[in-house]
Formats: sequence, C-alpha cells, structure tokens
Amino acid sequence: MPPMTPQAPIAGGHDRRAADHRPTVFSHARIVDPARGLDAVGSVIVAEGRILAAGPEVLNQGSPEGWEVVDATGKVIVPGLVDMRVFMGEPGHEHRETFASVSRAAAAGGVTTIVTMPDTDPVIDDPALVDFVLRRAREQADVRVHPMAALTKGQEGKETTEFGLLKEAGAVAFTDARRSVASSLVMRRALTYARDFRALIVHHVEDPSLAGAGVATEGEFATRMGLPGIPREAESIMLERDMRLVDLTRGRYHASQLSTAQSVEILRIAKARGLDVTASVSIAHLSLNELDIGTYRSFLKFSPPLRHEDDRQAMIEAVADGIVDVIVSSHDPQDVETKRHPFAEAADGAIGLETLLSASLRLVHDGRLSWSRLVEALSLRPAERLGLTAGRLSPGSPADLAVIDPEMPWLLDRQALASRSKNTPFEDARFTGRVVRTLVGGRTVHALDA
Amino acid sequence: MTNAPSTPAPAFPHRHLLGIEGLTPLQILYLLDKADEEVLVSRQIEKKKSVLRGRTQINLFFEASTRTQSSFEIAGKRLGADVMNMSVASSSVKKGETLIDTAATLNAMRPDILVVRHHAAGAVHLLARKVSCSVINAGDGAHEHPTQALLDALTIRRHKGAIEGLTVAICGDIVHSRVARSNILLLNALGARVKLVGPSTLLPSGADRLGVETFTEMKKGLEGADIVMMLRLQRERMNGSFVPSVREYFHYWGLDAEKLAYAAPGALVMHPGPMNRGVEIDPEVADGPQSLISEQVEMGVAVRMAVLETLAEHLPTA
Repeated sequence: MPPMTPQAPIAGGHDRRAADHRPTVFSHARIVDPARGLDAVGSVIVAEGRILAAGPEVLNQGSPEGWEVVDATGKVIVPGLVDMRVFMGEPGHEHRETFASVSRAAAAGGVTTIVTMPDTDPVIDDPALVDFVLRRAREQADVRVHPMAALTKGQEGKETTEFGLLKEAGAVAFTDARRSVASSLVMRRALTYARDFRALIVHHVEDPSLAGAGVATEGEFATRMGLPGIPREAESIMLERDMRLVDLTRGRYHASQLSTAQSVEILRIAKARGLDVTASVSIAHLSLNELDIGTYRSFLKFSPPLRHEDDRQAMIEAVADGIVDVIVSSHDPQDVETKRHPFAEAADGAIGLETLLSASLRLVHDGRLSWSRLVEALSLRPAERLGLTAGRLSPGSPADLAVIDPEMPWLLDRQALASRSKNTPFEDARFTGRVVRTLVGGRTVHALDA
Repeated sequence: MTNAPSTPAPAFPHRHLLGIEGLTPLQILYLLDKADEEVLVSRQIEKKKSVLRGRTQINLFFEASTRTQSSFEIAGKRLGADVMNMSVASSSVKKGETLIDTAATLNAMRPDILVVRHHAAGAVHLLARKVSCSVINAGDGAHEHPTQALLDALTIRRHKGAIEGLTVAICGDIVHSRVARSNILLLNALGARVKLVGPSTLLPSGADRLGVETFTEMKKGLEGADIVMMLRLQRERMNGSFVPSVREYFHYWGLDAEKLAYAAPGALVMHPGPMNRGVEIDPEVADGPQSLISEQVEMGVAVRMAVLETLAEHLPTA
C-alpha cells in the first residue's frame, strides 16, 4: 500500500468528526458510485477520513494487521446521501429540532450532508447568522451541515440579501424556503445579481395569489373532502415565469420541489434550450398521492399539496430519465401545536430524513429506478449542484458513505425515530431495505443494532 | 489642405449642445482647446471677459443641482452674461405640457442661452425644438450630460497629454448614469479603450453594443486602467433593490487602495460628485494623491465657459 499523503482538510468537516484511527475495509459489497459509472461488487477501504480505494479491483487478499475488516456481503455501499431541503428548528424552535437531533435522524437515514433551510427564527439572512449555524453544527452535529441563506431580507420577497458576503460566510445557495417570490422584478434582480457570485437561486414554485387559501390539489378529491383547492397551474405559472427570467438573466436556478406532469414538461423544454436549471422532487410526492390523505391526516399536508396519481407517476418517470435531478426529504419537523388542527389549519410538512432512502428504495424494488440513478438523485447530483465534494466514492474523496441492507424488512415505529418531531407520513409503513451503517469523514455516526 | 473652401466651415457648427452624440472628434477637441484657454482666465485675478456682455443666460433646472448650476452660473458671469437661475419644482400633473408651456414663456423673454437640466431623457431636446435661442443640456435623465464628459476629458488630457490610447474604467451605477453615457461616447470618439465595471444589476443591457467591455469584478475591470472613474450610487438603490447593502457594495465595488492597486501604476481617480464616501469610494482614495476630483470641479467652469463662448459665436448679432 502506498504511504498516505497528507491532504487538505475536508470542506464542511469538523472537530466531532475526527476520523477513527484504524483503517476499515468493507469487503464483498455491491458498490454504487455513479460519479465513476460504477455498480459492481468489490471492496471499499477507508483510511484517515477518506476513501483510499473503492471498486472491484480492490482485492480482498487479507489486510494489514490492525485494520478493521467488515464483511459486507449482500450489502450495498453508496456515497452518503446529500439532502438539499432540510427544515430546522434551531434557532428559534428547538423543541421541534436541534442540530444534534437532526444529525441523529440524518445519520440513521444514511444522509451524511444536510442543507438547511433559512426560515428559522431569526431568518438566516445575515453573514453573522450563517456563522452561527455553522458553529452550532460544528459543535452539535455528526453529519455535515451546509446552510442556505435567505433570498430576500426577512424572506419578505422585497429586497435581495447580501449574496456575496453570505456566500463567503458559507451559504451554499439562496432561497426563501417555503415562500415564493411573487414579484417578477425582485426575482429578475436576484437572478441577475446572483450571477456575479455564481450563486444558485433555489425557489419554491407556487403562485401565491393563485394558490390562495388552498390546501389540496384542486379536483375530485378536494371537492369530495370539502377542502379548498390549488390548481396545478399555480406551480406551472411560477415555474414558467422563472424559466423566462432565467433565460433573460442567464442566472443559475433550482426549483426546490416540483410535483406535476406540467412542471416536468416546462423543465424539459427549459433544459433543452440550454438554461442552467435543475429541480428536486420530494420523496413524499414520489411515494404518496392525494388519496393517502384519507380522513384528513394532517401529517400528509404538504406544500405543494399531494397530487393525483398521474402526477406522481410523471414525477417518477422524470426522475428516472434525469429531467428532475434530485430527490429531497423536505424534512420538516412540526409538533402537535402546529399539526393537531383541522386539516386546512394545520401546518404543512413532514419529517423525512430517516425514511428518505427506504422510501426511495421502493422505486428500485419496483423496477422504476436503477440503483445508479437513485444514488445519483440522492447524492451526486445535489452535491454537484451545490458545489460540494460529497457524493462520490472515488479515491481521495471524504469517506462519507452509507452501508445499506437492501433486503432488510422493517416496520416504521414513529416513536423510535431520532427526530425530535414525529410527524412522519409513513407511520406503521413497511419498508424493504435499510441503512445499517453510516460513516462521515471515516467516522461511524450510525450503526444499526443487528 | 489644397482644396480649402472659399468660406471655411465653422469649427463648431452647432447652435445647441444637446449631447456628445453628433459631435465629431475635431469638434470635441476644439472645445477642449478653448477650455484650456478659459482655465487661464479663471486663474487670473481679473476673471472677467466680455464676449457675452448684453446676453441673457437662463439656467433652467427641473432637477435640483448645486454644483452644475453654480458652475454654469460662474461660467456665464465670467463671460459677462446676465445670468438668471430658475429652479422649477417638477409638477406632478401633465409634465409634458408644463415643459412646453415653460419653454414658450421663457422664449418670450428672449434669452440668448438656455441651460437645462431635466429628470426625463429627451426633455432637453424637446425644449430645444420649441425655443429660438441656444440650448445647453445640463443633464437629461439617464441620457446625456455633455459638459461633464467634456470636463472629464479636459482633466484627463491635461494630465495624460491625450485621450487616445488610454484605458478608462467607468465603475458603479452605469445603468442610471448620464455621465457614463456621455463619457462612453466621448472617450470612444477620441480613441480610448472603455471598460465598464459594476454589479450586473447596474450594468445596462446591450452595453456590449456600445463599443465597451463590461466586467462585474473590480479586479478584472480595473486591470490596466489609466483612469478610474467612479459613479455615484443613489441612496434609494442601495438597500436591496439593485444592490443588497452598502457594506456589500463597498466590499466588492467600492474603490479603496487595495482595488486601486489593480489599475495601472499611477492611475488617476475621478468622480463627478457628489461623492458617497464609504459607499462607492474610500475617503482615503478620494482625498489621496491619485485623485483628480477637486480639479474636475475647476475644469467644469472652464469647459462651460468654452461651450458658452463657442455657442455665442453663432448667436445672431444684429
């Protein structure tokens, strides 16, 4: 083995993640690393916080004394998941989630990098607050944390924030989280100004005036339930507007959550025209449709609302063919105070970090997605889009990885979840496939008791 | 020349000065040469000439201005004109009618020269068509401010000898600036290389068709610049509409000693004023040895004297 050369510190790395001293070998695993087009059985060697080697050519001819050798036969090893839409309780609502609790939830789900939303209290719209988030994360979290900063001051949709200074402080993108910027002028200027800093604008696409007081997708289901509806066009119109503004400004843009077949067509055309645009879909919109709301289950209230089954199918197709780039958890911790209300009055959102991978695996088991495409959407693409080094198992990369037992059956017990909030839409759901071990920077941050 | 016409064409054939657009390089140089002479007049104890004696000059300012208005006033008085200042608060109703009505009223008073500033682009041109005297544009909206460009050129030329071959960086709020537009026209006409530098939100669209290069980074924009011309950022554009904050603007686009070091050695710093110290320019640079800012004010009077005197040569004498 060649001697290890000292390497630069890993971006986003921190004290709590000092690497285990012993090198670790995971042998006989199926390794899925889309960055290298790799899906093969082989070994992964982790040393000094980084991937030393990963692939079929890494033979298992015994290891130097003192190395930890893990027989990973039947397991799948993937780069740790990069979740680019995680809502936080800290600062301001620590009873819902803290950096410590969100980190445990992420680690349990194989998520090694989380990207936090700025709509905390206070809103993250100042470089000093980005510093605060990074410092708290360094002290409290085992997974890597990268904050997005607000797109407009106080998320009021009026005045753009300091993209330059915020990016220098560590903000990886700019978003008003669950709010849309209604003013086309403000969005145009934001996209224009962001260009000077190569900053990424992440936008929730819903025309607020058209969505109005709606809480469910307009149509038969909403009508039968007596719920005020939101037409799909609320999403299409805002996305279409944004594509025109991206064309005008040549900005960099990411739609934070798409949910309809119409949106997929708009995005497909924009990409074909060469615009620098990408999009996510939440795991909820890939897994559930409006009928799952059943008898007004408020844990299934989302923005955008759950859609018709046709839209869900279109979203799965869009992920499979790469038009929709990224799958996010949209992890959104809410407590009884915000959720135990009549459906229309309850808060939007559900937690999702711990179920992101298992719920996504349903699409693989059903033959809708390849392993490679799944890992790309959950890890490589979000990392690339945000300019992070994560999402890869190539030698020298940070040793952020998830070991998955793809056939392990399990039943979700809401109370066993690590998140401080328990608002999961998958209560008592049966899954096949689970993360059994998670490493961040070579350090084991989660191991499932066998 | 061998085929000189029997009656030589006047060196400056225009009745009005509405913009740099429409002036030939020779006409610009004629005004600059004349302004060089006027500098000497202003530096004498006896600063009075009599070329405008008996003439009436009205400074008609629809937009508040201290330095431009007083500069034109002093220039007119040094040439012997009777100068009257009129500040017209812009009426909110029917501006077009007001402007034309005002023009008709003033025209009836038989002035010889009108100096006009207006917040709307094209307003001075409109007015010039309605009066029978000479009109000087002292700034129309974001369109032109020809005497500013001339005084900038005069200041540069007195330091560098010529405009041709120089690299001039114009930095900051280009999109709203009439000073930038007039300077781009003049500097291009005299053969300088012009670079525009500012955040994308303050760079005008189609700028690449104006014969200039555009940059969003000061480091690249100032590279090789012999002259760094800073523009004023209006207060209402600082907080989130065009740029997010003063501190971010100053950090990336404010001219301080560090950024000035990107320019050519000994680069000269200019600003049309009034300055926002600590917004677009560091006081240390504004008051430093490379600054020409006070000299620009002196050249302003000289250039305006030159323009007034030149236009007076075409006024009817009978």
